[in-house]
Amino acid sequence: MVQERILPTFQATSAKIDKEEGLRLYEDMVLGRYFEDKCAEMYYRGKMFGFVHLYNGQEAVSSGVIKSMRPDDFVCSTYRDHVHALSAGVPANAVMAELFGKETGCSKGRGGSMHMFSKEHNLLGGFAFIGEGIPVALGAAFQSRYRRDALGDASADQVTAAFFGDGTTNNGQFFECLNMAALWKLPILFVVENNKWAIGMAHERASSQTEIYRKASVFGMPGYEVDGMDVLAVRDVAKQAVARARAGEGPTLIECLTYRFRGHSLADPDELRSQAEKDEWQARDPLTRMEAYLIEQNLADDAELKAIKKRIEVHVEDAVKFAESSPEPSPEELHRYIFAED
Amino acid sequence: MAETLLFNALREAVDEEMGRDETVFVIGEDVGHYGGSYKVTKGLYEKYGPLRVLDTPIAENSFTGMAVGAAMTGLRPIVEGMNMGFLLLAFNQIANNAGMLPYTSGGNYHIPMVIRGPGGVGRQLGAEHSQRLEAYFQAVPGLKIVACSTPYNAKGLLKSAIRDKNPVLFFEHVLLYNLKEDLPSDEYLVPLDKADVVRPGKDVTILTYSRMRHHVLQAVKGIEAQGFDPEVIDLISLKPIDYDTIGESIRKTHKVIIVEECMRTGGIAAEIIASINDRFFDELDAPVMRLSSQDIPTPYNGRLESLTIVQPKQIVEAVEKMMTARV
Repeated sequence: MVQERILPTFQATSAKIDKEEGLRLYEDMVLGRYFEDKCAEMYYRGKMFGFVHLYNGQEAVSSGVIKSMRPDDFVCSTYRDHVHALSAGVPANAVMAELFGKETGCSKGRGGSMHMFSKEHNLLGGFAFIGEGIPVALGAAFQSRYRRDALGDASADQVTAAFFGDGTTNNGQFFECLNMAALWKLPILFVVENNKWAIGMAHERASSQTEIYRKASVFGMPGYEVDGMDVLAVRDVAKQAVARARAGEGPTLIECLTYRFRGHSLADPDELRSQAEKDEWQARDPLTRMEAYLIEQNLADDAELKAIKKRIEVHVEDAVKFAESSPEPSPEELHRYIFAED
Repeated sequence: MAETLLFNALREAVDEEMGRDETVFVIGEDVGHYGGSYKVTKGLYEKYGPLRVLDTPIAENSFTGMAVGAAMTGLRPIVEGMNMGFLLLAFNQIANNAGMLPYTSGGNYHIPMVIRGPGGVGRQLGAEHSQRLEAYFQAVPGLKIVACSTPYNAKGLLKSAIRDKNPVLFFEHVLLYNLKEDLPSDEYLVPLDKADVVRPGKDVTILTYSRMRHHVLQAVKGIEAQGFDPEVIDLISLKPIDYDTIGESIRKTHKVIIVEECMRTGGIAAEIIASINDRFFDELDAPVMRLSSQDIPTPYNGRLESLTIVQPKQIVEAVEKMMTARV
């Protein structure tokens, strides 16, 4: 049994947060959680198909990073992309409709669970193969630098965040892109969601160096280890990384230690992870933790938090109704979108 | 008019388009300081600077994916494959992302990018540097595939490819870079989707592309000497194929021979034959014949190498066989 990594201690007092910001983060995490729970329900009721990977447990990463960015920044996700899309501002209606395969989905029902896209929200996509989104994110970051430094557009200071898991950090594209990002000082955040398991492959069975954040140092890049179950800790590190990137100081690797509360996908029997491990991480639930913090800091009371949860519950129910009542894509448009339209 | 070598025609195309549109940039191995492995980008680094002519580390899949991301966010990358064979290492980014992402995203994104470089069988370069990837890539939805064959069409096609809103795989041939031709001094474009009727004729349609165009033209004298009048068509676009031009020719000649440099199995000709049978079967007087490279890794030995690809003499023989066969 490999010893559990000791999480870095985080000084909650160092990250000052006001009520509005605190509730915004909390609400985004509740949306992520409730949306995914609803997906599980709809999947088992035969409303959505294919491989559906849920984000439960990892909400602090999506909310902590993306809510530290501007709406015109870029987000690049993986196959576990519903919640990144929501944090990036894609309406729950459009994400749910995509899962239902409807024309009103953010990818017009052509993409599905693993392929959420929204140009309007600068969501570069859900990428279903391991590592393939990282170079694409790098290209968006290069584009910002190109506009600023080759075309002289001083307003081109957009930052890109690329999300991926621990399993991806053994893939060549991870190393290749860290190298190029550092080489060209590109405005990008490499956000590792280390949830300890690549389907059934335990991280320590796949990685000779399990502390992923250390891999930044060989590229001369800052690397941070952060408690990925603590939205304020993630936010704190993300804000610093975003500021560095925006100032033209280059990339940052952020390793968020987190856990998925469900199997790899809804098709995963999840037989390998021990109950003890699950219980231990469940006790660190980022939503419960944020609730306790908000109350302890007198930023919200129980009634306010209940009201938020109720509102999000209705919001997600509405998304289901929207998806159910939306039209299917037209068979006449089967061939549309293969090539760009004029 | 100025006599121009093919690699310089390509360089002029890149230069003109970079001058015309500041979102156009070049990315690849040794494209900057070195000027490109076949000097297609020579002098452009000095003219446009290090970001617009970006020298990359040797990381094909990642820099191709990076070009995809740049194209999704409004730039127009030209990726140089130092040798097109190296793009096997970028197959995922080309197929999954450049090719399929516009569709998968439901039209959210389009990907205006060109992936260009030297392909084909050279002179004793060995199997890995003698690839004809057009055959491997033709099944990927969303890609356009073009093969240039003369300085004139190289320049005009590359300019069109750079302006296209879709990903274009642009094949040059490693043995054609030093072809010379007088080019117009005024700007011109060559459409990506039109086959070129190189030599009109009435007896047999010969479809070909890239370097094999020149093998076919060498064979034409021998074919004429036998009293036949072939129509030679350079396909130019390998995806989509210009079946309008092909159909027009078949309605005239009723006979087709395809000469290609890719291997026989799963090649460009295999696809065209199937489509000709679908579309023009009633017009045919004989089964379509194909002359392809052999289904083997290209050998190093020069004599063996020349045996793997189609030679002009074989084309003359094929025409004679088809013309004298009893219908």
